[in-house]
Amino acid sequence: MRVWAAILALALLVLPARAEEIVLGLSSDEVAITATFDGSDILIFGAVKRAAPAPQPAPLQVIITVSGPLQPLTVREAGRRLGIWVNTAAVEVDAAPTFYAVATTGPLDRILRDTEDLRHSVSIPRAIRAVGNDVGNREDFLQALIRIRTEEGRYQMLEGEVDFEQETLFRTEVGLPANLTEGEYATRIFLTRDGRVVDTYEASIYVRKVGLERWLYALAHEQPLLYGLMALALAMLAGWGASLGFRALRG
Amino acid sequence: MQLYLPIAEVSVNAFLLLGLGGLVGLLSGMFGVGGGFLITPLLFLVGIPPAVAVATSANQIVASSFSALLAHLRRRTVDMWMGTVLLIGGLLGSALGVMAFNTLKALGQVDLLVRLCYVVFLGTVGGLMLWESLRSVWRTRSGVVPQRRRHNWVHALPFKTRFRISGLYISVIPPILVGLLVGLLSAIMGVGGGFILVPAMIYLLGMPTKVVIGTSTFQIIFLTAFTTLLHATTNQTVDVVLALLLIVGGVIGAQIGAQIGTKLRPEHLRILLALLVLAVCGQLATTLLLRPEEMFSVEPVE
Repeated sequence: MRVWAAILALALLVLPARAEEIVLGLSSDEVAITATFDGSDILIFGAVKRAAPAPQPAPLQVIITVSGPLQPLTVREAGRRLGIWVNTAAVEVDAAPTFYAVATTGPLDRILRDTEDLRHSVSIPRAIRAVGNDVGNREDFLQALIRIRTEEGRYQMLEGEVDFEQETLFRTEVGLPANLTEGEYATRIFLTRDGRVVDTYEASIYVRKVGLERWLYALAHEQPLLYGLMALALAMLAGWGASLGFRALRG
Repeated sequence: MQLYLPIAEVSVNAFLLLGLGGLVGLLSGMFGVGGGFLITPLLFLVGIPPAVAVATSANQIVASSFSALLAHLRRRTVDMWMGTVLLIGGLLGSALGVMAFNTLKALGQVDLLVRLCYVVFLGTVGGLMLWESLRSVWRTRSGVVPQRRRHNWVHALPFKTRFRISGLYISVIPPILVGLLVGLLSAIMGVGGGFILVPAMIYLLGMPTKVVIGTSTFQIIFLTAFTTLLHATTNQTVDVVLALLLIVGGVIGAQIGAQIGTKLRPEHLRILLALLVLAVCGQLATTLLLRPEEMFSVEPVE
């Protein structure tokens, strides 16, 4: 028995994979969309747990990604036909994240090797490709999608935005935009050293509507006829009310 | 104040929406047009998804038109019988229009078709109206008495009926055809169709301008109510919070508009409407002709 225990202990020491582990904290694992919702910041923080002192000279790096629910898309390109601008070409994207943010401690191409990016689908283009999307040889469609969504604040590249104290404590803030889609937001944390992923950790943040927002959304989808009639009744009532009000005003 | 819209799923300034509703309501009260041709493109600009913008503006038009109709009913400027005949054609046309829309959607390029439709119809209607009303202003100034309604082909058709309030004794076929065309276009373009209906009533059917506005409002209410229900049940794209904001602004605007409308001379009213229609047409035409800043567009698949 003693021999086995010694071998096990030796194996634990030798195996580098679990030498450094992530312990994660989230400011909240739920984002509630209320009537006055205008975007929200989520705080992602954590620590690196070590069995032994930091072993190698290359510094430890942290990469944090937050990905919203996936959604099928069509990307179109405009061209000139008979003097007017029309959509001339289109590429279907089977599933692109409605939101995607990458926060890092440094330039992504220096702290993450290409092969590791391919394996874990960390960077924005890789994350879109990861779900089996084939944009063929039209790379520009993919770039256009990323460009447009970056301008809308849906895709965020936050290089150097992760604070990392003494290679132990890390924290970052990710701003979620106001036009948020409901669902599960997968949060991944990667520890890298010398461009190689040392440890990963996954957690989820749930975004959902609450209160009146929830109720109206549910009614519209579960009782569409009732909802439509309610919308019409409201419209007529408002019209009638305004008419009455104005007559009263004029005496 | 920012407000999150539950169906559109975007956060928009509430006062901006109230203002938009008010502006469109004012026009609807003045001219008897629903304002769909204005509110829908404006909502696109604010960042509301197109499907939600089209469906919700239909709901908003119901409210502002209802408020305007009550004002017109009190002044007895609604020809109910004419409105009903137009509506029969309208509902038929709307059903046909939805079918045509879906066929074209399957073929792609429905976007372009809608925009071309806007440019062609707004351009033609606006141009004709402007020309005609400028001529009638010039006639009044120079003292030439205009010819009273001539007998044209419209009067030679069968199934004649008396439209008492309009002071017409004509066949039901032209109003039904006009209604059909308006219904068809309203389904394709996502508008009430007042900007086509109003000139068609004046120039094609020869109705007096005074009753045209009330009557078109009457038929628009039913047509847009039908459209709202259709969108709510098939696409779930009617946003009541968005609609309510537009409505509150709209009903107030419509009441003020109806007051201004009675004070202005009909010719001047028509010139103003014509200029407005041409302005929207010009704006849309430039988007077709100018090179877009961003050559690509992203659209979620429903």
